[in-house]
Amino acid sequence: MAQQVLALDDLTVRFRLRRGELTAVDGVSFTVHRGETFGLVGESGSGKSVTARAIMRLIPDPPGEIPRGRIVFEGRDVMGLSDAEMRALRGRRIAMVFQEPMSALNPVFTVCAQISDALRTNLGLSKKEARQRVIELLALVGIPSPQKRLDSYVHEFSGGMRQRVMLAMALSCDPVFLIADEPTTALDVTIQATILDLITSMIDRFGMSLIFITHNLGVVAHSCDRIGVMYASHIVELGTKHDIFRNPQHPYTAGLLNSIPRLDTQSKYLTPIPGTVCNMMEPPTGCKFHPRCAHTMDVCKREIPVLREIAPGHHAACHLLGRV
Amino acid sequence: MTATDALLEVKGLTKHFALHADIYSRVAGEKVQYLKAVDGIDFHIRRGETLGLVGESGCGKSTTARLVTRLIDPTSGEVRLRGEDLLAFSPARMKEARKEVQLVFQDPYSSLNPRKTVMHILSRPMEVHGLARTWTEKRGRVLELLRRVGLGVEHIDRYPHEFSGGQRQRIAIARALSVDPVLVIGDEPVSALDVSIQAQILNLFRDLQEALGLTYLFIAHDLSVVRHISDRVAVMYIGKIVETGPAALLFAEPLHPYTQALLAAVPEADPDKPPPKLILKGEVSTPIDPPPGCRLCGRCPRQTTICSEISPPLIDVGGGRQVACHNL
Repeated sequence: MAQQVLALDDLTVRFRLRRGELTAVDGVSFTVHRGETFGLVGESGSGKSVTARAIMRLIPDPPGEIPRGRIVFEGRDVMGLSDAEMRALRGRRIAMVFQEPMSALNPVFTVCAQISDALRTNLGLSKKEARQRVIELLALVGIPSPQKRLDSYVHEFSGGMRQRVMLAMALSCDPVFLIADEPTTALDVTIQATILDLITSMIDRFGMSLIFITHNLGVVAHSCDRIGVMYASHIVELGTKHDIFRNPQHPYTAGLLNSIPRLDTQSKYLTPIPGTVCNMMEPPTGCKFHPRCAHTMDVCKREIPVLREIAPGHHAACHLLGRV
Repeated sequence: MTATDALLEVKGLTKHFALHADIYSRVAGEKVQYLKAVDGIDFHIRRGETLGLVGESGCGKSTTARLVTRLIDPTSGEVRLRGEDLLAFSPARMKEARKEVQLVFQDPYSSLNPRKTVMHILSRPMEVHGLARTWTEKRGRVLELLRRVGLGVEHIDRYPHEFSGGQRQRIAIARALSVDPVLVIGDEPVSALDVSIQAQILNLFRDLQEALGLTYLFIAHDLSVVRHISDRVAVMYIGKIVETGPAALLFAEPLHPYTQALLAAVPEADPDKPPPKLILKGEVSTPIDPPPGCRLCGRCPRQTTICSEISPPLIDVGGGRQVACHNL
């Protein structure tokens, strides 16, 4: 087994809002190894992005707080780091790519200015050196004639090219760990294919680890080694991509896979998951999925199921699996 | 295809938007540029059929929807509803026709008025078209509509913010149905929804079609959604239709290089399927004053000299399929 780079243990993130308390991430544990791509899948509001931000310690406090849990990155507890130590980690060791490059990049600075900012602060490069490095980075992510595009502003790039700029910025300080939060969601399918290809090749080339956050099951099926499925703040299933796609054990995972229309066959009706995602301000008792589940038992309404190992490396949190 | 068995027929439909240059270049007498959003498209939809219109952002899908509903007027071309030219209608006749063609939009958070109750949202179109007069009559019809889209009497006096995304889209669909349309145009009606909810709404579209004999023009960028819902599919690329045909055939054996590239780029939710790959070079080019030839010029692996000179017409290739490519 390759070396473990990141370990989350019982991570819980809570927000204190005027209307009450909202637990966005509840007891999430998983590990990511060196060179591995870990996919975090779930529908909107399931807690995927909050998990990612917690790893980067980007949860604003207040209103956010992390009452429980540990985040261990390269053997160090991230929560115990000082702000200065954290700044040395962000960008340098862990970098992040966001969904919407237009709002993540600064519209009033040129691409060169934004990327060299990170280079000069983190690596202490001179203005000239930084400029040279930016050209290399832009070429690396496949921006044609980078010498000419260097002094352009973000709005002068297309969506796909902006996402390349984001990736160049994330890669600028040679991180060992990349978190990509829905990096292709805003893109057209042909552009998505090139960006996915680019991310995968960068990961391979630099031996980085990646957490890939998405709601698109097609994307994780091809770009991830292991997958965690999130529903309403919990990880409900965790396993290799073959465990998840070929042998889903949690009714939510199975339901999700059944509800997507397929390209190769046509059926008259799809099999949706009934009901709607629970209101996170007033979550149901017990298993959060029980109001939508076809196999609900009494115990599901009382107790939150814990994630248990059902086969080597394949975990699921469902009361059905305890009973044989 | 004769006009009689098509519910909707579109011929040579074109919409060019003039891009107004800044005052200096206008004084200098520079030519006005045109964004050719829709550039001479032909298609028809038979009664009871679903035509899927698919393409990437900026290809003119939504402009087509707006032209067909006459929310905007075309630069040239014809839109025929049951053989009658929509563009020649008097305002009074157009109002009648608006009842027959209804739209469902992508984002149910911005398409419903947050200050009105469901009762108001669903009964207002009936009032406008004089379909229901008394309060009891309206309420009866609204309840019937809610039942049809899977909502209940308890929802009638609520406001849009009290509903989830999927439920709001149900309300938007009910509103489209409130005036008994024959043709419903969905402009990315499931794109904003989570997959588990998306499946519910797609099933609802299917149920309503069966129950009410509706005809759909279903616009989406998600190929698997279009494959699922459509009888026939039209693929658009920068203002032109490049390929049309029965959904099963078109997806099993795409003929146009763009359709092939589009399908190859879709990541399927199956780790054993081939990974997505990109066949075309570069990115979608601009619809602003495009060059005369095929729009795929410069990206296409099959390109020959004729491609940059003459725009290929849509040609019948048998099996109800049409393709616009010089090098089939």
